[in-house]
Amino acid sequence: MKAQVKEDWFRQDRLPHIFCVGCGNGTVINCVVDAVYDLELDIDKTVFISGIGCSSRAPGYMATDSLHTTHGRALAFATGVKLGRPEFDVIVFTGDGDLAAIGGNHFIHACRRNIDLTVVCMNNQIYGMTGGQGSPCTPIGKLSTTTPYGANETPFDLCELAVAAGANYVARWTSYHAKELRNAVIKGIETPGLSFIEVACQCPTSFGNKNKLRQPIDHVNFFRKNAIFLQKAKKMEEERKEIPAEAVIVGEYARRSRPVIGGRI
Amino acid sequence: MSKLEFLQGNIACAKGAIAAGCTFFGGYPITPSTEVAEYMAEALPKIERGCFIQMEDEIAGIASTIGAAWTGARSMTATSGPGFSLMMENIGYAFMTETPCVIVNVQRGGPSTGQPTMAAQGDMMQARYGSHGDYAIIALCPATVQECFELTVKAFNLADQFRCPVLVMTDEIIGHMRERVIIPDSVEIIPPKPAKPTDLPFATDETEIPGFLPFGSGQRTHVTGLTHDERGYPDSADPQRHETLVTRLVHKIESKRHEIADYEIVNPDAEIIFVCYGVPVRSVQQLAAQDKTIGYLKLRIVWPFPEEVLKQFKCVSTFIVPEMNLGMISREIERHTTVPVVSAGKIGGDLHTAQELQEIANAYKATRGRT
Amino acid sequence: MRTEIRFAGFGGQGIITSAVIFGKAAALYDNKYVVQTQVYGPEARGGAATGAVIIDEVEILYPKVVDPDIYVIMSQDGFDKYGTKTKPDAIMVLDSGLVHDRPNCTYYEVPASRVAKEDLGRVIVANIIMLGALVAATGVIGREALKEGILTSVPKGTEELNMKAMIQGFELIQKI
Repeated sequence: MKAQVKEDWFRQDRLPHIFCVGCGNGTVINCVVDAVYDLELDIDKTVFISGIGCSSRAPGYMATDSLHTTHGRALAFATGVKLGRPEFDVIVFTGDGDLAAIGGNHFIHACRRNIDLTVVCMNNQIYGMTGGQGSPCTPIGKLSTTTPYGANETPFDLCELAVAAGANYVARWTSYHAKELRNAVIKGIETPGLSFIEVACQCPTSFGNKNKLRQPIDHVNFFRKNAIFLQKAKKMEEERKEIPAEAVIVGEYARRSRPVIGGRI
Repeated sequence: MSKLEFLQGNIACAKGAIAAGCTFFGGYPITPSTEVAEYMAEALPKIERGCFIQMEDEIAGIASTIGAAWTGARSMTATSGPGFSLMMENIGYAFMTETPCVIVNVQRGGPSTGQPTMAAQGDMMQARYGSHGDYAIIALCPATVQECFELTVKAFNLADQFRCPVLVMTDEIIGHMRERVIIPDSVEIIPPKPAKPTDLPFATDETEIPGFLPFGSGQRTHVTGLTHDERGYPDSADPQRHETLVTRLVHKIESKRHEIADYEIVNPDAEIIFVCYGVPVRSVQQLAAQDKTIGYLKLRIVWPFPEEVLKQFKCVSTFIVPEMNLGMISREIERHTTVPVVSAGKIGGDLHTAQELQEIANAYKATRGRT
Repeated sequence: MRTEIRFAGFGGQGIITSAVIFGKAAALYDNKYVVQTQVYGPEARGGAATGAVIIDEVEILYPKVVDPDIYVIMSQDGFDKYGTKTKPDAIMVLDSGLVHDRPNCTYYEVPASRVAKEDLGRVIVANIIMLGALVAATGVIGREALKEGILTSVPKGTEELNMKAMIQGFELIQKI
């Protein structure tokens, strides 16, 4: 069934949601709903799948069949769903901890297989739901409850990882770049194979609070100020200009047509 | 026309799955179960909507199997001890979400890497209790290659009927040995209880089992491993909600253990009763052919444990339990009877011989003689 | 009557295959109860290879070989491992070119690998010659059953070669 209005995509009886005031996840979910609404996807043939964490609560608010699975395993479950019904549009919501830590192996293998899924990763650089522990995406020097002296490990660049592992569509935007994000999700859904869209987003409660980005708008402004377009970043690299440590490089990392599994029959 | 074939237990499991209408296999190769995956890799692509995928690990194997089950596919994975350990969390997920699926565990010697090419029955308690929290499980134990075929078919039917993961607990000996198998033209298929798109996905009647509609049916089901209500919506902080849900999930299986039970009794009036399941059944049957003073209870389904069956042995003075572990199901039997239970556990990979069992029975008879 | 048959040799000779073919022949074409087993694990990768078949008129319960009645041995290693402990009334069929020792039981010397290589041009069918010899020497299953077992197991296009090998096996025993 097609949605008459955008709200048809939401489970009205599940509101209010659990996200904190100012959470970036709402922006991301709205952008994804904008995309599926604009694409006129069939609500009954679209499945949202997630693992565990704040981001992973998103499918619970979608008025579709939805699978809220175990921590880190969303892509493995989604692989079964997509191969079982290749005609479905399968969209995975995940977070940096869910995807890159406990689910890291499933992530690279889903990209390698290039299975026809759209993966939206809300990267808030922290474990929000469990109260602000460090993740594989916590930047060096940033504080979390498990990096009380500042993170000292180099974080993952999830987009570079997805590109290297073989995903057909890879892009990064932030919760500031709503329009670009919506367009990226549309392109992601339209591109056969694994589409990976990373969204840098704010977690005022657990990340901002500890890292001098106390107000939700502070972190969104941070994204606005520090976003560098991928092309520009590449040029800076060519010109041997230093890319600032706090830069968030945004844009399309890959759009290609490597062989795919689980595509529509 | 049924067909006679000469097959390994693992292949018989795979053929049973195909006969039962399995269209999805997601797994990871592990000795001594690999032949199941290899057969499915060859067979499934030839079937309409059939799909085989080799996943990156056993966690992903069971996860993809559960995902496919929600698209309405009869789905299966196969593994052995180390992989079974990795699957535990998602087996709990399948139980909590009432996902029908089948897991074949070709047991090998553990713990850890242990004995990859030797048989054991050391996963019987893990099968029952290995995932966290309260749950119930159905576990079938074939003792012949023919039973590998039949019990795998049955596992799919039970999974759909009871909406739960079902385990086929075979072992390296049965998995790898070849015997003559009768492959019937068709097998009985028991589908899940039907449902309407307007039904709440987890609402139940007196059977305590909800009807099943796969994704894409218009029910728009939310499936979560969190404690949830009849709509499938999470509600994890309400003690009453959790108690009601988990009690129902356990009860829907445990309360029907008579209906699920599958066993065979020989010489029930004997004083010495062997209780056996899986490959040691063969040694017990050989002993019983020689020594008419003993009787036995052969369990084809170990979980849920059919405790009432033990009451059928009116003259029993001891239960002897040969199993390829150091005494797992013997403890379960002790829970349900006042009759003394002798554990005849054996590990290392070799099956008990009938002679060894005879000696255990004789030793018991000797102690009886003295009193 | 329960008859236990032990097959031993080295990896690549088709020892396991011959046990499976023989088991299949007995189970499906000679109407016997059969259990076929094999040794898995590191030993099954190169090195030594071992298989076993148990045949009976009644259901076979205990599936493992206890004390073989018949041996089919295709390597000195296999002989060292199994051939030195034979019971006196056992029968052994051995590849005389590859096994140097001789057992304390009745035995048949079959130059299977040499004949396979020199007369048939394919050493790979030595195992089938051994099966032919086994059946000719012991009569444990019928020759027709063995033939069916082989024909339904070998790759397409190799039937004729394998039939020649089986008949060579029969004849090598008759010459003894």
